[in-house]
Amino acid sequence: MQQFVNTTLSGLAQGMVFAAFALALVLIWRSTRIVNFAQGSMAAATTFIALALIQAGWNYWLAFVVALASGFLLGAVLERVIVRRVEGGPELNAVIVTLGLFVAIQAAVAIIFGSSFQSFPSPFGLRGFTVGGTTIALTPTLVYVIVAVVVTMLLLVALFRFTRVGLAMRAAAFGQEVARLLGVRVGRMLTLGWGLAAVVGSLAGILIAGGEFVYPAFMDSLIVFGFVAAVLGGLDSPVGAVVGGLVLGLALSYVSGYVPGGSALVNMAALVILVVVLLVRPGGLFASTAARRA
Amino acid sequence: MSAVSDLQTDAQPPAGNPATAAAGTSTGTGGPRWLPQSTLLRHLTVVLLCAVGAVVLLEVTDPFRNSQLATLSYYAIAAGGLTVLTGLNGQISLGHGALMAVGAYTTALFLGADEPLPLPVIFVAAIVVTTAVGALVGAAASRLHGPYLAGATLALAVGLPGLALRFQETLGGEQGLRVRAPRAPDWFGDAISALSGNPATTTKWLAYVGTMALIVTYFLLANLVRSRIGRTWRAVRDQDVAAELAGIRLGSWRVLAFVVSAACAGLAGGVLAIVVRLAAPSGFTLVLSLSLLTAIVLGGLGSLFGALIGSALLVFLPQVTTDLGSAAGLDNTEAAQLAPFVYGVVLVVAMMFAPAGLVGSIRLRWLAQRAKRTAARESGR
Amino acid sequence: MADRTTDGSTAVRGPAAAGRSGTGSGDAGTPALEVRGLTTSYGPVRALDGVSLTAGTGRITAVLGANGAGKTALLRTISGLVRCSDGQVLLHGEDITRGPVEGMVTRGMAHVPEGRGVIAELTVEENLRVGSLFRGRTPRSEFDRVYELFPRLTERRDQPAHVLSGGERQMLVIGRALLARPKLLLLDEPSLGLAPRIVAQIFGLLRQLVDAEGLSVLLVEQNARSALSVADVGVVLNLGRVVATDDARTLMADEDLRHAYLGF
Repeated sequence: MQQFVNTTLSGLAQGMVFAAFALALVLIWRSTRIVNFAQGSMAAATTFIALALIQAGWNYWLAFVVALASGFLLGAVLERVIVRRVEGGPELNAVIVTLGLFVAIQAAVAIIFGSSFQSFPSPFGLRGFTVGGTTIALTPTLVYVIVAVVVTMLLLVALFRFTRVGLAMRAAAFGQEVARLLGVRVGRMLTLGWGLAAVVGSLAGILIAGGEFVYPAFMDSLIVFGFVAAVLGGLDSPVGAVVGGLVLGLALSYVSGYVPGGSALVNMAALVILVVVLLVRPGGLFASTAARRA
Repeated sequence: MSAVSDLQTDAQPPAGNPATAAAGTSTGTGGPRWLPQSTLLRHLTVVLLCAVGAVVLLEVTDPFRNSQLATLSYYAIAAGGLTVLTGLNGQISLGHGALMAVGAYTTALFLGADEPLPLPVIFVAAIVVTTAVGALVGAAASRLHGPYLAGATLALAVGLPGLALRFQETLGGEQGLRVRAPRAPDWFGDAISALSGNPATTTKWLAYVGTMALIVTYFLLANLVRSRIGRTWRAVRDQDVAAELAGIRLGSWRVLAFVVSAACAGLAGGVLAIVVRLAAPSGFTLVLSLSLLTAIVLGGLGSLFGALIGSALLVFLPQVTTDLGSAAGLDNTEAAQLAPFVYGVVLVVAMMFAPAGLVGSIRLRWLAQRAKRTAARESGR
Repeated sequence: MADRTTDGSTAVRGPAAAGRSGTGSGDAGTPALEVRGLTTSYGPVRALDGVSLTAGTGRITAVLGANGAGKTALLRTISGLVRCSDGQVLLHGEDITRGPVEGMVTRGMAHVPEGRGVIAELTVEENLRVGSLFRGRTPRSEFDRVYELFPRLTERRDQPAHVLSGGERQMLVIGRALLARPKLLLLDEPSLGLAPRIVAQIFGLLRQLVDAEGLSVLLVEQNARSALSVADVGVVLNLGRVVATDDARTLMADEDLRHAYLGF
């Protein structure tokens, strides 16, 4: 029973990070029909910026803010300078460009920050809370992760629901040409969208790094998990991405906790889930895409 | 007016993906006058010339270059398979590194036996096992496209090495499997000493094995590309609706492309195992898959010759960049990262400025000029 | 009798001379829109080949012609979605030929694209809000007015636009365009796929807006009969060239022209 609770808790926390990462992918997909495979490397880059600042003696929160800001800048600049040229073109070209960015940024991180394993601090404790004499897997860091992701999501919802910029971004995403005719500066909105997505991706990077070791390729699995979570949710739906992230986080946590030798199989399990979903329900678990595309 | 527009359309790259545009033009019949007219005979002639050229190359270069050529051969075999898949059939795969791992581990396991089977038999086994895995992946992949396919094969590339950790006793875990490289047979030593007097080292033998495997693979692929099968693949890529209406079952053809391409990856993995003498998860990272992609993008997606050139760059470029990096004051591990950095930049820049790749861009320019000349002739008439 | 040309270089008679008597405010000054020698190519195909026309202020100018005549290309070129290779577009006398698409609506020109450009993922209300985004804060009363003009939209207000019927979508896009408070409205095939009753309703409303508020409309239609019944001036396109420009009633009466180009 205790193992079940612990596995579930760590699955939930993991799932929150997957959800954030999937959300970053969905934000970009629905506005530009591009899956940003470079998201992981970009997040790794900003996580290393945060780490460098912390190692230089900065306060965690200050480094956190600077890292997110640099994530925004990175995303916006990449969209404006590079991705803009392949938007709306053949999908294979866009895929290859983001893959190229993926490798290039990862290598750049290794060149600048070194490729060794370095430990990343967490602002909160890593010891589990004690409930009725037994220590459960819910640590202050896990609580921090969950709260940070939930707050980010609420902020995003507020942005898209209640602000004029948010409405303009949605209009630009769903009806580029119509939006342009209505005076929405679509290019600017896409740049903004990439910037925001990179912020959310960077957040996921910093959160998953907390209390762990980081190296330039530490986000490689996360890009897979984020993609699987996003596809689970239908790739088009922010809510779907969040649910997909949680489902995947729990599923992988159970595989790792209950299947013998399962921790080595987590990536394979994600692959299996992805293939099954793509073959059985290509529109995602909560597919209403057919109706929405009409 | 309609005559003018017809000519102009002729000058344009084939419909559909600019990224794969070069591929469509790779079937231009003919070639130099002195080659035989029959495709098969022409390819056989080229193969013979290449084989002679390879022998000369291997005998005049030092052992270090020999081993580089061996490395080139496994990259090129895998890239050749990938270019058939991506260039001709329009499907991307980031899982070819993982498929190479299947071939390499199979080879390592067979060579690890007390009385190993003959090398060709082992390679066939590696190809068969990888093809089986490829068929499985291909069956799933045949229904996916673009980013979905990229994501799924990415998951394969990241996930498959996990198996080596899970089945540690058989597959050696993180350390991987050491490969006992097969020794050169006696007849090889005799032949080499008769030919050039060079010592017939294992390195040289492996370089010969790799190069010959490469030549055979490219011969088979070249014939396949020009056959009805190759034409059907292009139809599936460019005109999927029309092809389906013409009674072509898209799914099966996509699976077939994946299977052929996986077979190449399996052989490439086998050659890699004996050349590197190790099959370990660290050898089959995502970067390997992405390097292969870089090779075929550089070569212009769909051209075997381009894939070969691209693979050559994969072998020779890291040395150059690492030297440059060291000269610029980077330490060794940092300098080694310059190569993947360049791969990434190359992928981005190629898609931004020359989606048809090196070979493809040159070919497109040539075609456009030819069309312009034809147009000028027509209008002057 | 309409001006007819075979070489496409027709002398266009000003709409002022051909205007429907007793309607609208007339146009003494510069026309709402003037297009001069516009040429646009889609690849090797020339969609517009030196098109010249004017849309008078406070009038409905209908651009008619068969499928492929270049009607949609004309609107897309005017608003800058497609760049022309030659020619000029003047909006109230101001050259806007190379201006950015996003700027057109601030200059007082609203383009309702073909196929009822609703943004399916947004609700009806949000679609309307997008129409007024560029203006900053927009008084609530203007939204209420659109809902008054199209009561059907009121019931659908908070539903996503993809549940709307064809007619409702057309109402939504016209309402959305009106929220931009345009002086000139470009309408691309509003009747496409709609029941005749709804077409009549929408055209009636257009007439009303033009007569009451001095709006100018450039209406592209394949349904020439309905379009001419509401328009002041008609322009007939064929294979990217203007073949006739005249008073709508005159065009209606010209049997040869109707048979040759308008299909009724």
